[in-house]
Amino acid sequence: MRSKVVLRRLVRNKQARFGFIALILLVVLAYVGPFCGAYDWTDKDFMAFMSAPDADHWWGTTAIGQDMYAVTLRGMQKSIVIGLLVALISTGLAAIVGAFAGYFGGWVDRVLMWGVDLLLVLPSFLIIAIVSPRLREGASWLWFVVLLAAFSWMVTSRVVRSMTLSLREREYVLAAVYMGIPRWKIIFRHIVPNLSSLLIIDATLNVSGAIIGEAALSFFGFGIQPPDVSLGTLIAEGSRNATGYPWLFAFPAGLLVALVLSVNLIGDGLRDALDPGSNS
Amino acid sequence: MGKYLLRRLAINVILVAIAASLAYMLAATTMNPRAAYEGRQPPVPEAVIDATLDAYNLNDKTPVLERYATWAKGVVTGDFGKTWNGGSVNSEMGRRIMVSLRLLLIGTILGFALGVALGAFSAVKQYKLSDRLIGVSSFVIMAIPVFVLATLLAIGTYNVNRGLGFTLIEYTGEYNPRLTGWDQFLNRLNHLILPTISLSLGSIAFYSRIQRNMMLDVLNQDFVRTAMAKGLRRRTALVKHALRTALIPSATYFAFAFGTMFTGATFTEKIFSWHGMGAWLVDSINQNDVNSVAAVTFFAAVCILVASFLSDVLVAALDPRVRVN
Repeated sequence: MRSKVVLRRLVRNKQARFGFIALILLVVLAYVGPFCGAYDWTDKDFMAFMSAPDADHWWGTTAIGQDMYAVTLRGMQKSIVIGLLVALISTGLAAIVGAFAGYFGGWVDRVLMWGVDLLLVLPSFLIIAIVSPRLREGASWLWFVVLLAAFSWMVTSRVVRSMTLSLREREYVLAAVYMGIPRWKIIFRHIVPNLSSLLIIDATLNVSGAIIGEAALSFFGFGIQPPDVSLGTLIAEGSRNATGYPWLFAFPAGLLVALVLSVNLIGDGLRDALDPGSNS
Repeated sequence: MGKYLLRRLAINVILVAIAASLAYMLAATTMNPRAAYEGRQPPVPEAVIDATLDAYNLNDKTPVLERYATWAKGVVTGDFGKTWNGGSVNSEMGRRIMVSLRLLLIGTILGFALGVALGAFSAVKQYKLSDRLIGVSSFVIMAIPVFVLATLLAIGTYNVNRGLGFTLIEYTGEYNPRLTGWDQFLNRLNHLILPTISLSLGSIAFYSRIQRNMMLDVLNQDFVRTAMAKGLRRRTALVKHALRTALIPSATYFAFAFGTMFTGATFTEKIFSWHGMGAWLVDSINQNDVNSVAAVTFFAAVCILVASFLSDVLVAALDPRVRVN
């Protein structure tokens, strides 16, 4: 019943509607677009270095003759996947750690929250910057995802914990306790589902946060490692000679902003739909 | 109160120590300062490299714990050691803190002041055209990462300068060392324009959103109506009563931003080639400069903790309800 109300509010919300349409278009562009282009992202055209956009190379070519259209879409695929995975892992982790700490209390709570405090103080930029360029094996970007996620869940888990503290005294939770349901099952069946609005909003905003975070680290060469590409590495490459060859910078940067903007619009619309009372 | 502050101080000192030690350990075990000496032409004898690295406490042949002990002993007495090429980390840090301060002070304050003003204005004009315009543009600006924004500004300036045929606005470095006196001061201001815009635009957008929401909350409350009922003009009532109360959340963010100011501008500093603290973190990682990495981390951790302390104190000072508790 509630999901129907929320869905109706969401469809009626102008921001969310624009956001969803834009995001779907972008995802389609990223995954279907490469089939329309004449070149693969690994192809190199030795007859055209740094050529401006034309009928053959729609978005121009790079310094080593890669087709900008194919490379940018490939980078966008990676950025989308990274954003989704990081959001999923970090919100999941925040929910589990926060709910366990809040529900069990006592020493479990103390240990978990101490860990959260420690992770907040650790220099995350430094750790990712030092570790990720050293992971040059096949699936190094997966490790990068894990690192990004590991440093982005702590604040949410604090919020989840404080909300769990009030949920654990509710009647339906107490009823489940008296029926003899094991405590971990209560957490997953009664506590976490009741936090879903917070978690959905958090996960959405984490997607755009992770996309920007990936791009920011890749900008300095600390993120995705070559030969793999992401929007961040492309922007870094393009910004070095953006004045002379604007197409190297404009396409990846424009797509990055469009992607982040559409996800943020959805997040804002979701907040209005799920949590009408809030105003931040 | 005194006991609480003391306990908090103790916890903070421990947290800073943990963060800095971990950074040192990570940097010391993974980075290789030797590489900077090994590839030279003509080749440097290994004994000489060893002696140099030993003097800087960077030799990877010494066990990590031993190097750590030497480093920690230095830090406790206020000496952060040597950079990879033998300079003093302390003097480098002092210089870079001043650079960051000159760059960021104006941008941070400007961002806060303009953001709050815009937010309050758009709350008063709720649902009017100006409110929507401010809302949409702040939403768009918040979706643009600072490295894209800074590059866009640099491209725009480049084209403006080329179109005019002379350099109207500078976009690299801090000042032109050939100028002196009044000219140099103007030159410094000119160099500040672009980085300040790129720094403050994001925070203007951020503060205006917070301030608008808080102001809307306050506008309909009884004390604002009372203020107007007792005969205050609308503007006086809004500024003196509503804005002041609605400032609390923005002010706490501002206190936090002010504390983390020094290390928060890595992108702006790198793109506009200012050699401040933020740029140092990236430079020192790329140069395998173990002691500098540890020093920047130490400094950043201190900044964060001071900032969170500052924002707590400020809330207590501004909000009577917190003071009573």
